[in-house]
Amino acid sequence: MYEQFKTRAEGVSAEVYRFGTKAGALDFIVGFLEREGIADEPQAHALWTECPFLDGIDRQTLAGVAGLKFEITRDLAADARFGISQMQWALADTGTLVQDSTAIDQRLVSSLPAIHIALVPTSGILPDMPALLTRLHPAQSGYIAMITGPSRTADIERVLTIGVHGPERLVIVFVDDLGGAN
Amino acid sequence: MGTEFKESIHKAVNDANLTGALGKFSEAYKVNRAKAYEGIDFEELRGRIAELKSYAASHLDLLSDLFEQNATARGAKVFRTSDPVKVREYILTVAQENGVKTVVKSKSMATEEIHLNPYLEKAGISVGETDLGEWIIQLAGQTPSHMVMPAIHMTKEEVSDLFSKEVNERLTSDIPRLVKVARDRLRPMFLKADMGISGGNIACAETGSIVLMTNEGNARLVTSLPRIHVALVGIEKLVEKYADIAPILKALPRSATAQLLTSYVSIITGPTPNDDGSMKDLHIILMDNRRSEMAADPKFKQALQCIRCASCLNVCPVYRLVGGHVFGKVYTGGIGTILTAWFDELKKSEDIQGLCIQCGACKDVCPGRIDIPELIMEIRRRLVQEQGVPMLQRAIYSVVNNRKLFHGMLRAASIAGKPFTSGKFVRHLPMFLADLTDGRSLPAIAAEPFRDRFKGIKQPECTEKAAFYAGCLIDFAYPEQGEAVVSVLNKAGIRVIFPEEQTCCGAPARYNGAYETAAGNAINNIRALLAEDVRYVVSACPTCTVALEHEFINTFESLGQTEWIPKARELAAKTVDFSTLAKRLVDEGRLTLKEGQQLGRVTYHDSCHLKRTLKVSEQPRELLRKAGYELAEMFECDMCCGMGGSYSLKLPEISGPILQRKLKNIKETGAPVVAMDCPGCVMQIRGGLDQDGAAVQVRHTAELLAEQLKE
Repeated sequence: MYEQFKTRAEGVSAEVYRFGTKAGALDFIVGFLEREGIADEPQAHALWTECPFLDGIDRQTLAGVAGLKFEITRDLAADARFGISQMQWALADTGTLVQDSTAIDQRLVSSLPAIHIALVPTSGILPDMPALLTRLHPAQSGYIAMITGPSRTADIERVLTIGVHGPERLVIVFVDDLGGAN
Repeated sequence: MGTEFKESIHKAVNDANLTGALGKFSEAYKVNRAKAYEGIDFEELRGRIAELKSYAASHLDLLSDLFEQNATARGAKVFRTSDPVKVREYILTVAQENGVKTVVKSKSMATEEIHLNPYLEKAGISVGETDLGEWIIQLAGQTPSHMVMPAIHMTKEEVSDLFSKEVNERLTSDIPRLVKVARDRLRPMFLKADMGISGGNIACAETGSIVLMTNEGNARLVTSLPRIHVALVGIEKLVEKYADIAPILKALPRSATAQLLTSYVSIITGPTPNDDGSMKDLHIILMDNRRSEMAADPKFKQALQCIRCASCLNVCPVYRLVGGHVFGKVYTGGIGTILTAWFDELKKSEDIQGLCIQCGACKDVCPGRIDIPELIMEIRRRLVQEQGVPMLQRAIYSVVNNRKLFHGMLRAASIAGKPFTSGKFVRHLPMFLADLTDGRSLPAIAAEPFRDRFKGIKQPECTEKAAFYAGCLIDFAYPEQGEAVVSVLNKAGIRVIFPEEQTCCGAPARYNGAYETAAGNAINNIRALLAEDVRYVVSACPTCTVALEHEFINTFESLGQTEWIPKARELAAKTVDFSTLAKRLVDEGRLTLKEGQQLGRVTYHDSCHLKRTLKVSEQPRELLRKAGYELAEMFECDMCCGMGGSYSLKLPEISGPILQRKLKNIKETGAPVVAMDCPGCVMQIRGGLDQDGAAVQVRHTAELLAEQLKE
């Protein structure tokens, strides 16, 4: 199912990576942020929301990454270049990520910054929408969010253009040993 | 048709930007849609959607109660009303009570329906559309021309002019740059807005949730950043169960934009926290505005199965020529015609219902399985019922309903038409065929109609009998097509009888809403065709076949004339179109063709009624191959030729360009012959090619087959 997801997600311009361990994923993310010019200033900083991935990670080891913040506010999110959050599920047949987004922070970091980095446990891959609907119900979540690729439009002359009101890049990072986060 | 309306059509078809953009879009759409549905059983999927939406339409009150109960339990404030005025007042009150100065909106057709923006603006509230297309038309002071792509009629140059004014900077027409400008311009509006207004793609009663689908991500911001969220939902968006949203999420993006899923889907249930720790003030408005009345109407109830994908616009040969604005200010295209007749008023649909050429392309792709052409016919019928038939048409129908007089006039026309005949074509015909424009020559009325020629045909002794229903065109314009049918059937051992009392099939009257006339035609034909016991009633005109097989029954049902229905069913059971019967006879080994013929290339045009109502498309192709032709398929082989019976007389400015596109596709195959199964299409396409001067022969499949019968 991972391969199917990857094909579908890349088909809608998402970038898909997979790591066996949290350590591998963390290295990749730090490297990515640095390559993309993270800095402690507006339009360059990154916000990382609380999520199971961060459990057990000593944030001191990340203190050297200038501009990486774990505090989420609307103003910081509006100025952020990167938003990092964990999505719970991935739907293989459409390349879709899904999250209980009841907490506003989850939406701020995935909708306002230009680049959204989404961590996903590989075990969270489901075949399709009906499989999801049996696992995630509005009774448990006031705001169920599904994300399929970056923000897009074709409203001017039907020319596909990436990045309107939401992120212009969606970087998906699967982690095999993220465990039974779901 | 009103002058203003005619002018809007004229303006649209002469807008090269518009027709160019829409033409290219509709061509690409067809391919992309097919790709998006790969591996999916569309009939099964739309069967499920039709079923669950139909259930919802039958239980609007129940589901509205359930929705209100469940949404309220989660903390949402639910307001229900049937009155659009009350919706506007409610939203304004919420805004004023909360000191709202700025509103951001994500795309909502329901707010267009109630003209919300000008109302709020008049009260001093600033309203910003955030969907890129909606923002463009808001800046331009226009209305949406498409339900999914509101600004599809505009060029990037026009957009860059608008944006340049807005940001006070001369912009180029570079699209990614224009999109960036929109992002930068709208972002502060999102952040400062006090209220977000959205629509709802689905409302789920069981959970009290609304589902929003967008690609740009604006709905996520509209529902997350402002402290108040108002969702305006038409009650036709209700579904019963949470699981019901899955088939709609599967079909809507595929049908709307050929995507597997929109970039964003949000399922919102009750208020969620704002970023300052307070809870969202969530208002959900369930709006009726005549939807319940629609649900109570046995014919129109099915229109509530619409999921607003706009695929009926995307495949419509008329929409792609005239665009949305000709249809009106809110809902456009096929389903838009129906929604306008209800949500606005029947009278408003008077002109636009006439745009439908009844080709059935929309019915084929509708994910809600709505018979849009049939509903537009019903609007026509009701308009005629309310207003009566126009004088000129009434005069024509009184003639059509009097077979002797009608046929007498057609015979007279064969003589009267003579002076204008050039070869096989005349430039002008008398009577109702007189008002014709350029682009197509019309056939001369045959000197000797089929009914007279038939008497001279020597038929062999046969064991089986079939009645031939000629229809007006074969009888009086193309008798040779009738002779071809007789020789093919004779070859297979079927004797053909021609009931003299047969008359017009009633399609012209029916397609103009004059059902009483059509019913009169039906009765005369039933009497004539069932008078003698035959195995088949054969027609070589798909429009006539559809009349005999389906519409007689439907016309009686619509008028509540049950008396003739059993006879109509008896006739329907015997009726068969020429190619279906011929193919069957070949398969049974009763009809043998010359062997080893190499007749070269032929291209085949699918007639609307044959392909989409009778579901016949492979049979004529296989017959042609068996006869020795090589099939060279044309682009858009099943796209309407623009004939549509009297449509080509009433709206020549639309019919003409549709024909030209068809001719181009025919010529591009390089085939010297184009075959088809409909004498109406023969008339349209042969006339077009005659004026065009292209050396392509236009033949009825029956004629081509009759030439290849084994000696």
